[in-house]
Amino acid sequence: MTRDLVTTTEDGLWCEAGGFHIDPWRPVERAVVTHAHADHTRPGSGRYLTAAAGVDLVRLRTHSGAVVDGLAYGERLTIGGVKVSFHPAGHILGSAQVRIERAGEVWVVGGDYKTGSDPTCAAFEAVPCDVFISESTFGLPVFQWPDADDVAAEVRAWWEDNAANGRTSLLCAYALGKSQRLLAALTDPPGPIAVHGALDKLLGPYREQGIELPPTRYASVEVAKEISGHGLVIAPPSANGSPWMRKFGDVSTAFASGWMTLRGPRRRRGFDQGFTVSDHADWRGLLGAIEATGASRVLVTHGYVDPLVRYLSEERGLQAERLDSRFEGEGDGGEGAAEASSEVDSAAGDPRDPAADAERTEEGPG
Amino acid sequence: MKRFHGLYRALDATSRTSRKESALVAYFKEAAGADAAWAAHLLLGRRGRRAVNTRHLRSWVAEESGLPLWLVEESYDAVGDLAETIALLVPERGSEGEVEGLAEFIERRVLGLAGLEPEAQRALVLQTWRALDAGERFLFHKLISGGFRVGVAGGLVARALAKVAGVDRATMMHRLAGRWEPTAEAWQTLMSEDDGGDPLRPYPFFLAHAVPPALEDLGAAGDFQAEWKWDGIRAQAVRRGGEAVLWSRGGDLVNGGFPEIVAEIATLPPGTVIDGELLAWDAGRPMGFHQLQRRIQRKSVGKKLREEVPVRLMAYDLLEEGGVDLRALPTTERRRRLEVLVRSVDLPRLGIAEVVDGATWEALAEARGTSRGRGVEGLMLKRRDAPYGAGRPRGDWWKWKVDPFTLDVVLVYAQRGHGRRASLYTDYTLAVWDQGELVPVAKAYSGLTDKEIRRVDAFVRRHIVDRFGPVRVVEPELVFEIAFEGIQPSARHKAGLSLRFPRISRWREDKAASDADSIEAVRALMEGAL
Repeated sequence: MTRDLVTTTEDGLWCEAGGFHIDPWRPVERAVVTHAHADHTRPGSGRYLTAAAGVDLVRLRTHSGAVVDGLAYGERLTIGGVKVSFHPAGHILGSAQVRIERAGEVWVVGGDYKTGSDPTCAAFEAVPCDVFISESTFGLPVFQWPDADDVAAEVRAWWEDNAANGRTSLLCAYALGKSQRLLAALTDPPGPIAVHGALDKLLGPYREQGIELPPTRYASVEVAKEISGHGLVIAPPSANGSPWMRKFGDVSTAFASGWMTLRGPRRRRGFDQGFTVSDHADWRGLLGAIEATGASRVLVTHGYVDPLVRYLSEERGLQAERLDSRFEGEGDGGEGAAEASSEVDSAAGDPRDPAADAERTEEGPG
Repeated sequence: MKRFHGLYRALDATSRTSRKESALVAYFKEAAGADAAWAAHLLLGRRGRRAVNTRHLRSWVAEESGLPLWLVEESYDAVGDLAETIALLVPERGSEGEVEGLAEFIERRVLGLAGLEPEAQRALVLQTWRALDAGERFLFHKLISGGFRVGVAGGLVARALAKVAGVDRATMMHRLAGRWEPTAEAWQTLMSEDDGGDPLRPYPFFLAHAVPPALEDLGAAGDFQAEWKWDGIRAQAVRRGGEAVLWSRGGDLVNGGFPEIVAEIATLPPGTVIDGELLAWDAGRPMGFHQLQRRIQRKSVGKKLREEVPVRLMAYDLLEEGGVDLRALPTTERRRRLEVLVRSVDLPRLGIAEVVDGATWEALAEARGTSRGRGVEGLMLKRRDAPYGAGRPRGDWWKWKVDPFTLDVVLVYAQRGHGRRASLYTDYTLAVWDQGELVPVAKAYSGLTDKEIRRVDAFVRRHIVDRFGPVRVVEPELVFEIAFEGIQPSARHKAGLSLRFPRISRWREDKAASDADSIEAVRALMEGAL
């Protein structure tokens, strides 16, 4: 038996034959990263390589000084003894699966992915391989995403109803990926849209790549006054209940996340409304993607790992195994998980300061 | 059914009382009598019965969805609610066709289900699944499993009903008390002036608030009648017509567990209602709540239990005398009449709650300090000139409990919560040191803020050292201070004792596991408490 092409070390997923890590959780020399969420792109590594469409976002994440190289989807690059290429994962702008080939053996690291439609990023492409490394954030059959158009219509109806009752609509979602996707579904908005600072700075890379988003304004005090009672505000989840939201007067709050399909998280989060929108694959999406790769061996990294491993083994006859990682999985709504990762990553930011909190919780799975 | 689900969704979606109330009023104004009666019955949390074995439901949904049964169970473990899990697993997505109004739906698909053979049950359940969407299915499962609950306070339902009927809230609370079946006729009675309700119904209980931090804010100590706060079951003894009943605060008839007391109540003059506390009582003092628990929810009580756990009703208020409602009278006057009554009947199991002397807050504080030795929970303060209120209005009745016991304990196991906290690790098993080992002494589910819970949850996920079914063994690092009301020996617990109402009072981030308390400290507390 040959050695596994990808293994885990205390630094992260490691491809020894290529001499690089994939989405390392500690600073390393060479990091190949799947996308710009904080649990996959962590600062401090020497060099980063990611899909070309994600270079700007990864750069925002890694701060100054780091070298970030891009590779177009499908383009092959030889690193050490392996050939590496990126393929769309459909998760957020620039997200990719990493294909690694050595002597005819192909491994694919899926990163985070979804199979549903999303106008803000290239659609997931199944890449034939021998071994597929999959996430399982929503790896239970209770997770079945509703049709994206239906959810967009729900969001719109909620906004219009609030406006009719003189309430500002505060829609909370993760600042990178989810917010842009929600915006893209509102290309013909029934009123003005303002955005929280944490996400305002992340809109640029989207617009520069020609992704159509409705006009938005930074939610300054003046803008807040102007749109109060009828506008829509998009903000990170931590904005809910913070002093920041008071400037919008009477608000109705909503949270967009895959967890909103469950009543417990929906009620626990203290939002008036929950919309089921996720950038991760649902149960059928996971099974469909795994099947489409044709892989005979599947390593499951994060989320509901054990049920998916058992299902693939017993019901699909695949060689499925658990691969422990530090990607955020089982979290209930991302915020806790994101907070936790910030604690691990750095002690920066005063946890009692809502502004700092908003910054730190802007990203995460969900 | 669809309209009721709409109401359920509206109540579930908001935590704001005003929005809940307007949703309730809108529903009750529109609903047909029988539907409205069922809705009120359900919203008030009156008990439903299980119509179908949930094991069957699990296997039917597994068969329908083509999923292995273990995956249904895994899903349940993650979701934390069986009704919701099954609703989400049913493969059909949308609703097909019409379903009945609430009353007819319940008649046919909930009550009607119970009498059927499993195969016929299955057919009816599958047919109902197809007629409903996922949210409605959730409600259906709650109804057939007898576990329907909704996040709305009884007082709020009463207020909305009062609005619809055009009466005040206290009147509506009184009409809702006692026994009534959810029928169109019962709805008629609730909404109309003529009193056709349960002739044995109790009055709405008057409930106390915890005292404010500065007692002086209440005014002069002399304005209040102080009594011991008993640790038993709040109850009203109703003697009317030829009957005698005992009602618990939750609205249940508890005659079965306290036959000796019911027999004595039956000798009181007709038209008498006493408010008081049921206690396990021996040798002139309370035996502790754990003894009383053996009596609760019993349909009958055998000779052995009667002897082992003698009971008494500690009377502290007289609400009705000679068939006349006394609630508008001041506390002192009701108390005077109560004393006269209790003395004149002189029943062995009918006590009268002692009034605690204390003209100043200092004197009362000193009396309160003796609570633990007397087996009581502290003091009750009742404004002398106040009427007997309905529900929990602020100002006239206050409870001044003793400070709880506390211990510093270490988190050793965690489990996912249920309901609102499903999918987060929120159920904690907590331990103290015993010769270098950690022995569990309590399980606690509450006390932390949502933010702290998320942080503990994140800790748990990163520090799992072992798994037993749904239980995760974590590295013993986190220290919490727990508060609890009492401590008793227990053969069922490994530590040989059990704590009463343990909850987390704060997270001791300043302490390491090695700083936590030892079993000797717990035993010392127990000896002091017994």
